[in-house]
Amino acid sequence: MNKKVLFFVLLLVSLSLFAVASAQDVSGDLEIFSWWTGGGEAAGLDALIARFSEMYPNVNIINAAVAGGSGVNARAVLTTRMLGGDPPDTFQVHAGQELNALWVAAGLMQPLNDIYTANGWMDQFPQGLLDLITDDAGNIYVVPVNIHRSNVMWYVPGNLENWGVTVPTSWDEFVNVTCPALLAKDVTPITVGENWTQIHLWESVALGVLGEEAYNGLWDGTTAWTSPEVINVFETLGKVMDCANDDMNALSWQDASQRVANGEAAFNIMGDWAAGYFLVDLALEPGVGFGWAASPGTAGVFMMLSDTFGLPLGAPNPGAVTAWLSFLGTAEAQDLFNPVKGSLPANTTADISNPDLYNAYFQSAYADWTSNAIAGSLAHGLVAAPAFQNGFSSIIASFQADRDATSAAANAAVLALQTGIGG
Amino acid sequence: MGQSKRDRVIAIAMLMPTVILLAIFVYGFIGWTGWTSLTNSNAMQRLSQQPAQYIGLDNYTNLFSGLLNNRFRIDLVNTVFFTLMFIFFSLAIGLLLAILIDQKIKGEGIFRTIFLFPMALSFVVTGVVWKWLFNPSSGINRLPELVGLPPGNFRWFISQDRWFEFNWQDFPVIVAWFVVALVAVIGAWLLLKRRTQIGAFILAGAILISTWILVGGAASLNIMDRPEKHGFNVALFALVLAAGWQMVGYTMAMYLAGLRGISEELREACRVDGATELGVYRHVVLPLLAPITLSAIIILGHISLKIFDLVYVMGGGDNLFIDMPGINMFFTTFRGQEFGQGAAIAMIMLIMVAVVIIPYLVSSLRGESKR
Repeated sequence: MNKKVLFFVLLLVSLSLFAVASAQDVSGDLEIFSWWTGGGEAAGLDALIARFSEMYPNVNIINAAVAGGSGVNARAVLTTRMLGGDPPDTFQVHAGQELNALWVAAGLMQPLNDIYTANGWMDQFPQGLLDLITDDAGNIYVVPVNIHRSNVMWYVPGNLENWGVTVPTSWDEFVNVTCPALLAKDVTPITVGENWTQIHLWESVALGVLGEEAYNGLWDGTTAWTSPEVINVFETLGKVMDCANDDMNALSWQDASQRVANGEAAFNIMGDWAAGYFLVDLALEPGVGFGWAASPGTAGVFMMLSDTFGLPLGAPNPGAVTAWLSFLGTAEAQDLFNPVKGSLPANTTADISNPDLYNAYFQSAYADWTSNAIAGSLAHGLVAAPAFQNGFSSIIASFQADRDATSAAANAAVLALQTGIGG
Repeated sequence: MGQSKRDRVIAIAMLMPTVILLAIFVYGFIGWTGWTSLTNSNAMQRLSQQPAQYIGLDNYTNLFSGLLNNRFRIDLVNTVFFTLMFIFFSLAIGLLLAILIDQKIKGEGIFRTIFLFPMALSFVVTGVVWKWLFNPSSGINRLPELVGLPPGNFRWFISQDRWFEFNWQDFPVIVAWFVVALVAVIGAWLLLKRRTQIGAFILAGAILISTWILVGGAASLNIMDRPEKHGFNVALFALVLAAGWQMVGYTMAMYLAGLRGISEELREACRVDGATELGVYRHVVLPLLAPITLSAIIILGHISLKIFDLVYVMGGGDNLFIDMPGINMFFTTFRGQEFGQGAAIAMIMLIMVAVVIIPYLVSSLRGESKR
């Protein structure tokens, strides 16, 4: 009996020694490539790196972040490095087509299913998300660190009351009722910023006007770009832009959000990183200083985007990457990163109900995330390849100037054909 | 004899590394880009290690007539207008400043430094600062308020107004007329000033081309099947002011050096002959500054044709009213990852710069060999 206990004790001790030894075994350089260079994003990444270094003291982390262009510059550098056969150990990429249409399709990523099963993530990550990052053969290539929502409409509740308007529930209501009422009071009904925020607005309008099914159909080919419904999307976008500030191209997204907070404007459509801006930069209280709703006509749908990390083929130190990715998906890592960056944890075992970590906005967003239908964002790389996104930027820029809905839809149709969208 | 032969060998040996490096890293890569522009190369293809396919001049045809490349045509028109205005602005103001400073005023050194200072900034800084200044609701539009006037309402770099609109389908005709005008001017100059017979032939050629245009020869070159409006985007004024502000000091310095090189005796002689002060400038000083103007045009021209950073910062990248080919090239290549198409834009930019620079190089080389 005693011998048995002793044996078990010895076994446990040796096992724990082995565990320590394996943590010691992981060593060498680990180059982490991202475009997180400022604000909460960089702070979140630093928190992750600090904790990881405690766990694996022998790993020397190289934080290779490339600044600028909301990731355009980083992607340019990444492409060059991958072409030159010098991949970083792991890199940041938006989940969805930005990953699949290029890196996975070219066979440059390693499947991570082993990491998922070893850590029990198949049950911990929501099925909707897993569906989005799994390919037809059942392989998963990335570990998501966070979830953002794209279709959010921001406002200041007290101001709306003063102006006598309510949050519109459809774009028709916004254009025909809300907008004229606000214009009569000399308030800008909606603020929009530079080109990419216009694409961001487009996707909310498209989702609201088409509905979830037809919106998703744009990307798998079941909704025709030249159909009257899609032309109607552009026409609606034009009417919404008529209600917007006329200095769009001079504003960043922060400028546009700030006008709402200042009371110059009523509404703004922006992803939920705006919550972090209202909360931290402008020090407003959720629900009082700023309020939110799903963008008009999109209640019950969660348009998502997600930052993920993967393991490229030929990474110099795959052992360290495996350790890093195994860490990233855990509830601990997600609770370190997301409260600082201002996003939702992708892992459902994260401590979401803890108000010290996740504020009122994120608690309400999390309820939507776990109950809503899920759609993918265009502006942030989920549903379309980079070539389509680039062409679409020009289409929206032209549309913003000439407001020609028919030709915008026709051009988008040609672009979709050329870049293999819906094929 | 032996000595000079050895000198020659040493000279060639010394030059070789430079020549080889230039041959590979400049001309070799230009050639490579040229080849890429004739293929459908893109990131997907390269990453999966498939060979790019040769598609001839398709990329170029696409740029000039493709449905989705409206942006490139906007860029082309923008570039032409921007270059002309930017060069004119920088030369005119630079010359004015140089003449003013040349009046032997007190504190000349301070003024010279002040005017040259913007040169020390990068275009990125200039872009950020002028973006704030030009912001229609908070920038220099508010200045009139200081003296009680209503604020200005010009939209600066986000203006969407367009002057001199034309249809892209008329592009070949417009270019043809431009060529005719150029040929006619050269012909007339040769005939009247140089009194050479060749001038008459060239003039006859110009008349021949214009009849060809009139009977519809140029119009038949159009390959666009639907009308497309282009024109001078008023937003470019903001860009010209910002870029001009930065480069005016430079042209001033060049002109100042030129003015200092004109001897006082020459001006004295002119005045003795009874020329007014204006006459001195018109008949003596300005003609002597002509070579400097030419160098300045070359340098300003290649800056404006390749401009990227200033526009990128000011317009956020996708403001089509001030868009330039350099930005389109960057986005097509690295955001859209269409390498072939991007290379085609790069080649067209190279050709535009070459058109400006090669005549200058040829003429200056010829001048040197004559000496």
